[in-house]
Amino acid sequence: MEIRAKENGGRLTLYFSGELDHHAAKEVMRRAEELLDRYMPLDCMLDLSGLSFMDSSGVAVILRLYKRLLNTGGRIWLENPQEQPLRVLDISGIERLVKITTTAKEQGR
Amino acid sequence: MNSRNYIKIELPSRSVNEGIARAAVACFAAQLDPTLEELGDIKTAVSEAVTNAIVHAYPDSIGKICIRARILSGGELEISVRDWGKGMDDVEKARTPLFTTGGPERSGMGFTIMESFMDKLRVRSKPGKGTTVVMRRTLEKRRED
Repeated sequence: MEIRAKENGGRLTLYFSGELDHHAAKEVMRRAEELLDRYMPLDCMLDLSGLSFMDSSGVAVILRLYKRLLNTGGRIWLENPQEQPLRVLDISGIERLVKITTTAKEQGR
Repeated sequence: MNSRNYIKIELPSRSVNEGIARAAVACFAAQLDPTLEELGDIKTAVSEAVTNAIVHAYPDSIGKICIRARILSGGELEISVRDWGKGMDDVEKARTPLFTTGGPERSGMGFTIMESFMDKLRVRSKPGKGTTVVMRRTLEKRRED
């Protein structure tokens, strides 16, 4: 599991790639919070296009980041999840809190 | 014929084994010619069951987890995940969506995901003895042999 970050005018994009399970979750959380502390973004976009697997531990990570951003008045949303992570996200009902968007070039929603 | 084929894997409850467990079961399930979606569902359900055992059965120690997968008639896959850890006195409560005792890395969605992604889910547990989760999923037949 890897996270890359790109900041642009108050918006932080975090690119998740690899497999996000309970084993990876703690380190992902630590790294994501460190990046939020460093950039203090208004908005945060999680680009999930490189994430090949995610289970409910991933939902917990996203919820925690959502709460963090909420506390500072920011917004967070998800972009381009692959099929398997999308099924987990759908069942979790997280979309009521965190928007999931798919950009035009991506297929499969 | 693969109708009586099975695997049995024993793992210590280290979190690095979550990925190994789901990959091994997915590899076994591949002989049923599953779709990518079915394979994703199976991997997710195994990941949830094994993570539950690691987090809840053995919270402060490393214990044994046994995973079995077997093929039943009609293309049905059965997976069981067993531990000899803490166990639960209230299985129904543990299965309630969003109920968790697992701390910030868990969302309380584990059983909900297993239930949604598999056709059948049975959980047996006894405090101090351990927990067994048995899941079944029929894979759609895509070709005539």
